[in-house]
Amino acid sequence: MFDTDELVLNMGPQHPSTHGVLRVVLRLDGEKVVDADVVIGYLHRGIEKLSENRSWTQIILLTDRMDYVAAATSNVGYCETVEKLMQLEVPRRARYVRTILCELQRIASHCLWVGTHAMDIGAMTVFLYAFRERELILDLFEDFCGARLTYNSMRIGGLPLDIPPGWDKKVLEFCRIMDSKLDEYEALLTHNRIWLERTRGIGVIDGEDAAGLGLCGPALRGSGIARDVRKDEPYAAYDELEFDIPLGAAGDTYDRYLVRMEEFRQSLRIIRQATEGIPEGPIVGKVPRLIKPAAGETYHAIESPKGELGFFIVSDGKSTNPYRFRVRPPSFCNLQGLRRLVRGHLVADVVALIGSLDIVLGEVDR
Amino acid sequence: MAAATPKPPGGPAAPAAGHVPKAAPPSGPPDPPPPGDKTAPAFIAGLQQTLPGAVTGVSYWVGDWTIIVVAERIVEVAEHLRRAAGAAFDMCSDVTATDWPPRAERFDVIYCLYSTRHRHRVRVKVKVADHQAIGSVTHVWPAANWLEREVFDMFGVTFEGHPDLRRILMPEDWQGFPQRKDYPLEGPGELLMENPIDWLKLRQAIDEADIE
Repeated sequence: MFDTDELVLNMGPQHPSTHGVLRVVLRLDGEKVVDADVVIGYLHRGIEKLSENRSWTQIILLTDRMDYVAAATSNVGYCETVEKLMQLEVPRRARYVRTILCELQRIASHCLWVGTHAMDIGAMTVFLYAFRERELILDLFEDFCGARLTYNSMRIGGLPLDIPPGWDKKVLEFCRIMDSKLDEYEALLTHNRIWLERTRGIGVIDGEDAAGLGLCGPALRGSGIARDVRKDEPYAAYDELEFDIPLGAAGDTYDRYLVRMEEFRQSLRIIRQATEGIPEGPIVGKVPRLIKPAAGETYHAIESPKGELGFFIVSDGKSTNPYRFRVRPPSFCNLQGLRRLVRGHLVADVVALIGSLDIVLGEVDR
Repeated sequence: MAAATPKPPGGPAAPAAGHVPKAAPPSGPPDPPPPGDKTAPAFIAGLQQTLPGAVTGVSYWVGDWTIIVVAERIVEVAEHLRRAAGAAFDMCSDVTATDWPPRAERFDVIYCLYSTRHRHRVRVKVKVADHQAIGSVTHVWPAANWLEREVFDMFGVTFEGHPDLRRILMPEDWQGFPQRKDYPLEGPGELLMENPIDWLKLRQAIDEADIE
C-alpha cells in the first residue's frame, strides 16, 4: 500500500557513541538497518611508515599511541616480537612483571569498556563506578613508571626498571578491592531487565562465521570458540599460571558482555598468582648494545584486551631500523564484523554493537 | 672542532660533511630454507602433493614456517589450506605486503593463517610485480576483505574478484601509495618540509580550484 524509501544516515565521525572518530553510513528502512558502510582512517598517523624510519628502541613509544587505553600490552607485544627475531632470552622476573602489567591493563581496558558500553545503552552509574576503579590501576602504573596513559614501560629484553618497593602489596590490595566492585557492576547490569532487553539476541554470530570474519578476543570467545593466544601460544609467564578461558554460547551482545565480566575475574586470578610468585633475579636479559636483528622476518601475536594483537616485522640485517613494520590490530579486524552484525537491527542497536566490539580508533587507524 | 667547509657560491648545496651514503636497498627477504633437523609440518607436504607446482619454496626462521607460492595459484592454495583436514586454516590473521623495489616482482604479499582446530600457524607468501593483479581470497576468508583493501591502499597491489576494492585508511582521492619504499616519509613533495607556508598556500589554491 505504502512505499518506503531508504534513508541514508551518517553516524559520526563526531558521535559520542562511536568512541572516537568512526563514521558509519547507515542505509535505513524505517528504523531498521539495511546495510552499513564503515568508514575509517580519520585517525591515521602512519605509525607503520614512521616506525620503518625509527630505530628499534624508538618504536616502543610509538606503540603506546595505538591502543592508548592498553598501552602496556602493545609495548609487550612489540618487545616480544623483536626478542623472538633476535632469539633473546628474557629473565623470569621480567616475564612475571610483564604478565602483571598486561593483566592490570586488561582490567583497566575492560573497565573503560563496561563503563562506556553501559553508558551508550543508557546506564550512567556503571560508567562512574568503573572509572573509579580504573583510576586505581592508573595509580599503580604511575607508581611503576611515572606515566598514566602512554607508559613506554617496556624495553627489548626486559624492563626499564624494577618494581618499586611495596608495589606488589598495593597490587594485591587492588585485587581485594576490585573483587567486591565486580559484584557491584554485575548487580547493576547482569540481571537488569532493560540491559537484557537491549543486549540479548542482538548481533548474533556463530563461531564459524566469527572466525572467518576475523573476529578475535572476547568477540570470538562470545561465540563459543576457545581461542586465546595466552593459552594457545603462551608468551610472558602465562604457561606457568593457572586460569580459565570463559566462553559464550549464543554469540550475542549479552554473551560478549558475560565473557568480558568473567575475564575480569580471571585476570585478578592471574595477577594474584603472578604477584605472589614473582621470582628474584635480573630484570633485563643479555641485550647487545646496538639492537640490530639478523636478516629475517617473523610474526608474533599476543592477547591484548581487544583480541589478537600481532606484529609482523622484517629486518634487513643491515640498518638499525626495521625494513617492514606491520601491526595486526585486533580492533581493525573486529570492526570489520560490524557490517555483518548490524544488518536487520534497529538504529539504537548499532550503538550497542559498536560498544560490544570494544574498539579503539587509535588502533584501527594507526 | 673541524672548520665547516665553505659552500660554493651559487652552486647546488654540497652534501653535508659526514654524510654517509645509504647502503643499497636489499633486493628481497632472505627466506632461509629449513635446517636439516626440522621437518616441515605434514600439511605442507599435503599441499605440494595436491597442487603440484604451486609451491616454489618452504622457509623456516625463528620458529615460523613460510610457504612461497606462485602468484597465479594463490586462490587455489588458499582454498586447499582452508578445506584440507590436516591444515584447516579457518582464520586469516593478517594480509600484508612488503616492498623490495630493486626486484622485478617488487611486492611480497603475505598471508598469516591460523587454525583454531589444530592450533598451528603458517605464512603464505606470493611475489607480485607492479601492476600485476592477484586473486582475492575474500570468498575463502571474509576477514581478508579489509586487510586486502589496506594492502591496495598502502602498496597499490590490486586484487581480482575483491567485492569492494577502495582505499580504506587514506582519503579516496589520495595520489600514491604511502607504504612503498620510494614514497617519502614526510608525505607528498619536499615543499611541505622545506616551506610549510608555501605548501599551505599551494594546498589552498588546489582546494579552491576544486571548489570552482
